[in-house]
Amino acid sequence: MASLKDMRNRIASVKATRKITKAMQMVAAAKLRRAQEAALAARPYAQRMAGVLANVGASVANRSGAPALLVGTGKDEVHLLVVMTAERGLCGGFNSNIARLARQDAGRLVGSGKSVKFLVVGRKGADALRREWGRNILERIDLKGVRQLGLANGQAIANRILALFQAGEFDVCTLYFSEFKSVIAQKPTGLQLIPVQSPDAVAPAKPQATYEYEPGEEELLQPLIERNIATQIFRGLLENAASEQGARMSAMDNATRNAGDMINKLTIRYNRQRQANITKELIEIISGAEAL
Amino acid sequence: MAGTFKFELVTPERMALSQDAIQVVVPGLEGDFAVLPGHAPVISALRPGVVVVTLPDASRTRIFVKGGFAEVDPQHLTVLAERALDVEAMDAGTIAAELAAAEAELAAAGDDTARLAATSALDQLRALQRG
Repeated sequence: MASLKDMRNRIASVKATRKITKAMQMVAAAKLRRAQEAALAARPYAQRMAGVLANVGASVANRSGAPALLVGTGKDEVHLLVVMTAERGLCGGFNSNIARLARQDAGRLVGSGKSVKFLVVGRKGADALRREWGRNILERIDLKGVRQLGLANGQAIANRILALFQAGEFDVCTLYFSEFKSVIAQKPTGLQLIPVQSPDAVAPAKPQATYEYEPGEEELLQPLIERNIATQIFRGLLENAASEQGARMSAMDNATRNAGDMINKLTIRYNRQRQANITKELIEIISGAEAL
Repeated sequence: MAGTFKFELVTPERMALSQDAIQVVVPGLEGDFAVLPGHAPVISALRPGVVVVTLPDASRTRIFVKGGFAEVDPQHLTVLAERALDVEAMDAGTIAAELAAAEAELAAAGDDTARLAATSALDQLRALQRG
C-alpha cells in the first residue's frame, strides 16, 4: 500500500501534467486557427491550378512528345513516396496515420514486384519509417526551423523531386499528407503528383472550351506542371500544419480530461486512506486507555 | 457599358481579389492584353507586371503581380500569380526589397526565359519607383 506521502506526490505530479496538457491544448487551438485559415485560403489556388493544368493537359496529352511529367515515363517500376509529417509528436494518431498509409502502400507496391523509394519531410515520419524502410529513404527534409510556411518551402521540395525525376530515379511519385477535414477529423491522403493524374479525375465536368494558348501549349505546359507540383506540395504542407494542430488539440483535450478523472480518483483514495489511518490511530489510543 | 465579368486574383497564400470588373489589363508573356466581358478563351503565361482592374464604378486598382498564369473565358478571368502586391499599398521599402529580389533573380537566371522575366520585373519596379 502506498503511503500517504507517496499518494500526495502522485496527485501533485498528475496535476502538473494536467497543467501542461491544458497549456498545449490552448496553444494548439490558437495555432490551429491561423493554420486553418492558411490551409483554406490556399485551396482556391491549388484547385484553379489543377483546373488550368487539366485543360492544357487534355489538349496535349494525346500528342506524341508530350512532357514526361504529364504522361509519365511509360514505366511503372519505381515509385517515389513523398511522406510529409510533423516535426513534433504529442498529436494523437496524426503522424502514425500518415506513416501507416504510406507503409501499407509501400508494402502493396513491393508485393506486386515494384520497388519503392522514400523522400520524407518531417522528423516524425522519418522515425516511423526508418525501421522498416530505412534503406529505401533517399532523403530527409526537415522543416524544423520554419516558422511561417511559404511557397518557397514547397518549391524547394518540388525542386528536389524534379531533380530526382530528371535523373531517372523514379517513374511515379505520390505525395502523402493529411487532409484537414475539421478539427476532429483529418484524413491521411495519397495524391499522385507524377505523372499528373488523368484530367477528368482532377476537374470533373468542366465545359470543354477551346482555349488559345499564349505562348504555345508545349512552352506553357512545362512551367505549368512544375509550378503545379510546387503548389500541390505547398497545399499539402498547409493542410498538414492545420491537421497537426487539430489532432494535437483533440489529443491534449483528451489528456487533460483523463488527468482530471485521475486526480478525482486519486483524491478519493487518498482521503479514504487518510481516514482509515485516523480511525486506526483512534482505536489504538482507545484500546490502550481501556487496557489500563 | 458592356457589363461586367468575374475577376479573380489568386495567390498560393490566399484569394487576393474576387470581384466583378469591367476591364482588366493583364501583362501577358507576349504583350499586355485587355480583357473585356465576352473575351475569347485564352490561357496565357504572365510576365512580372502590373494588372490594372477597372471596377464597375469606374475606379481603378493596380496590382503588381509576379510569375503565374491567366485563364480567360467569356465570363471569368482568373489570374494565378505567385506574388501579388497592391500598388497603392507599396511604399519605397517594399519596392526596394522587390527590386533587390529581382536583381538576384537576374543574376541567377540560367536561361533566356528566366532572364526575360527578371528584366521585365526590374523595368516594372523601376517605373513604379519613379511613381
